[in-house]
Amino acid sequence: MSLAFLLWCVLAFLVTAVAAIVVGQRWNATVSVYCITALISLLACSGAVTALLTHQSAALQLPLGLPWIGANFRLDVLSALFLAIVNFGGAGASIFGLGYGRQEPFPGRILPFFCVFLAAMNLVVLSDDAFTFLLSWELMSLASWALVLAHHGESENVYAGLVYILMASFGTFALLLAFGLLAGPGGQYSFEAIRMHQPTSMIAGLVFLLALVGAGSKAGLVPLHIWLPLAHPAAPSHVSALMSGIMTKVAIYAFIRIALDLLGPPVWWWGMVLLAAGGASALMGVLYGLFQTDIKRVLAYSTIENIGIIFIGLGLALSFRADHFEVAAILALTAALLHVINHSLFKSLLFFCSGAILGATHERNLEHLGGLIHRMPVTALACLAGCLAISGLPPFNGFVSEWLTFQAILLSPELPQWGLKLGVPAVGALLALSVALAGACFVRLFGIAFLGRSRTPAAANAHETSAVSLIVLLAYAVLCLLIGVVPGLLIDTLGPVSQSLFHGTMPAQAALPWLSLVPISATRSSYNGLALLVIIVAIMGSTVAAIAVLASRSTRRAPAWDCGFPSASTLTQYTAGSFSQPIRRVFGTVLFRAQEQIEIPPPGDSRPARITVRLQDVIWDVCYAPLSGAVTYLADRLNGLQFLTIRRYLSLVFATLVILLLVVAIWR
Amino acid sequence: MIRDTVLQAIAMLAVLLLAPLLTGVVRKAKARLLRRVGPPLIQPYRDLWRLLQKEVVLAENASWLFRATPYLVFATTWLAATLIPTFATGLPFSWAADLIGIVALLALGRFFLALAGMDVGTSFGGIGSSREMMIASLAEPAMMMIIFSLALLAGSTQLSTMAQYLLSPNVGLRVTLGLSLIALMMVGIAENARIPVDNPATHLELTMVHEAMLLEYSGRHLALLELAAFLKLLLYLSLIACLFVPWGLVPADASWPTLGRGLAFFVAKVIVGVCVLALFETAIAKMRVFRVPTFLGAAIMLGLLGALLLFVSRGL
Repeated sequence: MSLAFLLWCVLAFLVTAVAAIVVGQRWNATVSVYCITALISLLACSGAVTALLTHQSAALQLPLGLPWIGANFRLDVLSALFLAIVNFGGAGASIFGLGYGRQEPFPGRILPFFCVFLAAMNLVVLSDDAFTFLLSWELMSLASWALVLAHHGESENVYAGLVYILMASFGTFALLLAFGLLAGPGGQYSFEAIRMHQPTSMIAGLVFLLALVGAGSKAGLVPLHIWLPLAHPAAPSHVSALMSGIMTKVAIYAFIRIALDLLGPPVWWWGMVLLAAGGASALMGVLYGLFQTDIKRVLAYSTIENIGIIFIGLGLALSFRADHFEVAAILALTAALLHVINHSLFKSLLFFCSGAILGATHERNLEHLGGLIHRMPVTALACLAGCLAISGLPPFNGFVSEWLTFQAILLSPELPQWGLKLGVPAVGALLALSVALAGACFVRLFGIAFLGRSRTPAAANAHETSAVSLIVLLAYAVLCLLIGVVPGLLIDTLGPVSQSLFHGTMPAQAALPWLSLVPISATRSSYNGLALLVIIVAIMGSTVAAIAVLASRSTRRAPAWDCGFPSASTLTQYTAGSFSQPIRRVFGTVLFRAQEQIEIPPPGDSRPARITVRLQDVIWDVCYAPLSGAVTYLADRLNGLQFLTIRRYLSLVFATLVILLLVVAIWR
Repeated sequence: MIRDTVLQAIAMLAVLLLAPLLTGVVRKAKARLLRRVGPPLIQPYRDLWRLLQKEVVLAENASWLFRATPYLVFATTWLAATLIPTFATGLPFSWAADLIGIVALLALGRFFLALAGMDVGTSFGGIGSSREMMIASLAEPAMMMIIFSLALLAGSTQLSTMAQYLLSPNVGLRVTLGLSLIALMMVGIAENARIPVDNPATHLELTMVHEAMLLEYSGRHLALLELAAFLKLLLYLSLIACLFVPWGLVPADASWPTLGRGLAFFVAKVIVGVCVLALFETAIAKMRVFRVPTFLGAAIMLGLLGALLLFVSRGL
């Protein structure tokens, strides 16, 4: 029932896309299309949530696609969870787009692809055979590629589009091989058939690695992340929110579906690989983010960090599962899934905030902002909530999932393999380091953009964004707080998912006194966000009251003190570059080969002193620069083949034929 | 229930009242070590009272965040200090957050304090925030590594359970405990802006970290932030006391005289702790800001080494 309903929603998205092509240039097209997509998304989201809560499972075959397979769709608890995430994000982006999208000069380039993008993400999660899955996956890539290129006038967007389409094709190629191996010699492409016959351990390991590369390149796992910080910021902000907050989650879904569902029992080194990739992504992502000055790029890099955290959770789950520690495996899986939900919320929120800033100031560069808290107070409040949540601070939601991940790490001494015994504490250190650096990254983002004095006239004359957008921002901020305060309720709804994958659930949380969160046992660890929030508010309230009675209440406004030398110039403030300078000195010299060049003109010379910082992207230099160099070299050499005479072409064909025949003869 | 509430209230008030005294003792001890007379022990209380009576001078550009931060920092620090079993284990609040939660509460306060440093838009505030976040980004992982080691040992991150485990006779002397203690002391020094990482009594702006963030604060706001700093010092001392010298800790359901004895033990332990701190601070010089990462890197490595040693010893 729900499955058919969800497929009708997908069809409705596609019909809306066609309609958007027709009416795209009309003045009211933007509003009507976003209204319709918001409505469909909300309906689909409620359908998915119902399916998740009632543990529905349904399958359906449509006579589309390959004739001997058809198009198989299936709705189970795992897909219901991700459908809820996708469509909630879709609804949020659509409603935010109602206000934000009106500034768009060419709505016709965005609206149709936006609808197709939403439809494709739904289809990926719903599909139940390899053919439909790959088709939907590629549709999702292409629709988002078109959205990246919506403003193709800017040369950097064109470059972003090129890198994106290359990496997306590479990822799909890896997935194609993975499914090919899974299908086996019989060519059984439906997931049901794949589940029935388990591959040999070597094939399974290969499929695992291919799935990791395929899904990881879409999710932005280091070192396959290079396209992400280029492509996500290039799209309009509500689309960036969809790409960063939601599409990466679809990639996580693909990985969970293949590695945890289709592949059968895991081997311990799978977890090791995931932990290494996750740890590297978490640290590198946040460090890259700390050195960016473009707001949306900071957010894109922080997506890489959070994907790393999710993969650490999944890696722990796989390791525990391989060694039959069911309780720990379920805890780690729940932590990862909770972080999937949390990240989709706060990353969407922060991208919406960047959209609000972009709309108000036409600036994405942190160095040109400042003082926005006075001009955009509501956006500032919502953005602050998002920054607190993403930095993993209580009582917001990011802390809960990271806390659960740490709790899972603390169970790791039980693991028998030495690789895991020594690897897991190291990954714990990486995770702790990246969470702490994320705090610095978001103090910098919020502090430079919203606090201080306005650095440019554009920031000084900013205005609050539209009311519809503000409602979305506040709703997301409240959700982040709510999940952090009563995480138990959400964790209980994740129970069926872990039941279906790992045949067990976490202890029920909702019935615990005072809505505490107790993952294993009360003497081991417990967390109560509600109590923390209430006590903090109570202390603050009573302090205010006590001070009102005991202390002086008089307040005077005066120029800033600044040790007696306040400067009127806003240039004397700390900038984004100077804020990250200490961290650059600590980490950058090794990881990014950071070089500072300081030029101080001699006395009497009136030129300004200059400081130039050069950061090298080590991963690009090591992995991609040789590759792109080799491709260019080969292309140059092969270029000569385009200008031959007909005789030479014919002799080439003849030579090829002879060689092939020889090969066949030798082979036989 | 009523008894638990009363006990919790006593624990909260005890840390609040004791915190300024500890800072007074440090100052006095440092002065005596330098053969100065030093301020009286109750000077911090007087300072706080004086600041509370003064008018607040707000910078023209200050936003609501600047005004709310002192209350929030005070609340989170006080709450975090309360969550640590000071003289009794198993108090009602202690189940609200474990040791990771306590570290995160302190991080929450720091997040806001760093933002407040940037709010007015002066260069000193920015320098303070930037350096504070750099130090924190190393101190927090070091702290997490210490928590790892101790939690692996005790099988819990709940401080009451950990303290009870460490009190039990089957712990013995362990290398991991020693490494963790050294690392925790290093983290505590960095977090509390003590010498050699930062100087709490500095008047040279470029060397300030913590004080630079508070530069624009005055009156009651400054009083709250100072009190929060006093509380943080007490928090780290009581954390060390609770984990490494847990003797004298009593369960919450003990009789009132036993509880009183526990409280006396606790006061004695932290006063010994601040005297050691004063001795250490007098004997050492402040290091350059960019030597701090090496210092904290050593703390992280010690913590990680402790955790790895545990893993290895479990495997054998």
